Amino acid sequence: MTSLVWVEHDTGAIKDATLSAVTAAAALGEVHVLVAGSGVGDVAAAAAQIAGVTKALSADDAAFDHVLPENVAPLIAGLMANYDAFVAPATANGKNIAPRVAALLDVMQISEILSVESADTFTRPTYAGNAIATVQSSDAKKVITVRGTAFEKAAREGGSGTVEAASGAGDAGLSSFVGAEISKSERPELTSAKIIVSGGRALQNSENFHSVIEPLADKLGAAVGASRAAVDAGYVPNDYQVGQTGKIVAPEVYIAIGISGAIQHLAGMKDSKTIIAINKDEDAPIFQVADIGLVGDLFKIVPELTGKL
Amino acid sequence: MKILVPVKRVIDYNVKPRVKMDGTGVDLTNVKMSMNPFDEIAVEEAIRLKEKGIATEIVAVSIGEQKAQETLRTALAMGADRAILVVSETEVEPLGVAKILQKIVEEEAPGLVILGKQAIDDDSNQTGQMLAALTGRPQGTFASAVVVEGDSVKVTREVDGGLETVSLKTPAIVTTDLRLNEPRYASLPNIMKAKSKPLAQKTPADYGVDVTPRLKTVKVSEPPKRSAGIKVADVDELVAKLKAMGVAA
Ligand SMILES: Cc1cc2nc3c(=O)[nH]c(=O)nc-3n(C[C@H](O)[C@H](O)[C@H](O)COP(=O)(O)OP(=O)(O)OC[C@H]3O[C@@H](n4cnc5c(N)ncnc54)[C@H](O)[C@@H]3O)c2cc1C
Ligand SMILES: Cc1cc2nc3c(=O)[nH]c(=O)nc-3n(C[C@H](O)[C@H](O)[C@H](O)COP(=O)(O)OP(=O)(O)OC[C@H]3O[C@@H](n4cnc5c(N)ncnc54)[C@H](O)[C@@H]3O)c2cc1C
Repeated sequence: MTSLVWVEHDTGAIKDATLSAVTAAAALGEVHVLVAGSGVGDVAAAAAQIAGVTKALSADDAAFDHVLPENVAPLIAGLMANYDAFVAPATANGKNIAPRVAALLDVMQISEILSVESADTFTRPTYAGNAIATVQSSDAKKVITVRGTAFEKAAREGGSGTVEAASGAGDAGLSSFVGAEISKSERPELTSAKIIVSGGRALQNSENFHSVIEPLADKLGAAVGASRAAVDAGYVPNDYQVGQTGKIVAPEVYIAIGISGAIQHLAGMKDSKTIIAINKDEDAPIFQVADIGLVGDLFKIVPELTGKL
Repeated sequence: MKILVPVKRVIDYNVKPRVKMDGTGVDLTNVKMSMNPFDEIAVEEAIRLKEKGIATEIVAVSIGEQKAQETLRTALAMGADRAILVVSETEVEPLGVAKILQKIVEEEAPGLVILGKQAIDDDSNQTGQMLAALTGRPQGTFASAVVVEGDSVKVTREVDGGLETVSLKTPAIVTTDLRLNEPRYASLPNIMKAKSKPLAQKTPADYGVDVTPRLKTVKVSEPPKRSAGIKVADVDELVAKLKAMGVAA
């Protein structure tokens, strides 16, 4: 069985989520990868080096920039004539293109798998991670997205795949990229950070969020996350949101500050190795999952903590 | 233009789902059910486009059991004009839902279909993208802003690094993210009025769609439980713990 893994990359760098997808695909058999976009030769060469990859397809065409699904999905669906499974990381881009590929192939996608049980059977989270379903697919070809936190990352070196050119129909003429506002930060990326400091509604405003949460994060070399309530209230941008409908994270240490622990939030962080919670309400649900809890006023505790580290 | 809004009846987001003892699924008996929160946002967006004079008619559609009528009545009470219920007492997967919606799109020719980005029960995040593929239309998923401009629609999308804007030729498919809008509550008079708005009943067979599932649920289990840990008394104790873990020097 051979899988085609879609490589998520930006300005030349392959994203970590891709490496987890390669590991999942390797559990199914041989792994080829697809790198699409303009001037992607170097990325394809790097992708061929990922441990376990035997071939990298390079689709060098500006129509595939910005991962417009109208253009990328037909390319992948065409290539799938030679493959048994299409595997994508469950990132915003992966979630955008994979179902479009699945429908073009008349396949029911298996979303955000947590494990590969056999060639046709997988586990996946439902109900905000409160119910883990084991599902068996009867489709001849599989279309799968992979939850990054559930699989080890394949090593970036160690493979010796070949690179081959691939092409598709190009621009479908249905959509165009207008622009992006991408948050720039010196801090580690949320989904790959070892430590995350997350703030909730209790921070009250954006100034407090910056003056209380960020110094602690900087002390620890941590990424900064937030609850939906903090994002909705505009304390921080949307890409900070951790949870069922935000980012799924599993760092070594997750510090939840002024976050109550709603199931939608827990869905995004409860696989963290150690959870630390700071909350003034000793009955807050977050304490039911926290390894270490400290009850009290965050405006007193957090600056003191930052000072003592 | 006409707007089609698919809405799904799901477990209310305040309810903590419990896995059935026999491992066949989540126990939904006597559990409060509501419209999928993302679909409320979709209905709201359609109503706002109508209030701006861009949309002319809003058609809500649900695929599911008879009880999904309640969900459709909610959409009608919020401001949808009419509804279609495609009755299926067995579960229909996103691919099947998308195939039924494709037929409805062919019949109704909506300028926009606005769906939720994911349903909070199955968390698939697929249906809109699949419908876009089947109808050959462009897709603007995870939308936090939707601006219709002539024969195109600008969609601002919530992506991993922040926000991204794409321009799509209409007709197009949009899926909603949380911050697109705040859905309104239906007023009592509107709830009464909704009772007399048209609600058509169909079956998948009426559309000639085979909804046989492709995925078999082998079993459903609870995730490994985390147990509550310890509470520390003060910051000094917390600092000591962090040092012991090697997190702080
Ligand atoms: C469809 C849907 C999807 C959702 N997806 C997500 C998601 O992905 N991620 C997410 O996070 N949420 C999500 N939510 C929202 C979720 O239900 C909660 O509303 C949200 O997580 C609450 O955020 P919070 O904990 O910051 O706020 P609150 O629940 O208001 O909690 C604030 C906490 O701060 C504590 N506090 C207050 N003041 C202080 C102080 N001075 N010192 C210490 N502690 C203090 C309080 O005791 C309280 O526990 C979703 C909801 C829906 C309906
Ligand atoms: C009795 C029962 C048994 C089930 N058994 C299984 C099972 O064995 N395996 C399994 O995988 N699932 C099962 N389900 C769940 C069902 O398959 C899911 O509803 C379906 O897979 C759709 O997934 P989703 O809602 O997560 O799709 P998503 O792609 O997350 O939905 C996105 C959006 O699509 C629209 N949409 C989705 N479904 C509908 C709908 N029915 N009507 C109108 N609009 C809709 C909504 O706008 C929604 O926001 C069962 C459900 C029931 C009631």
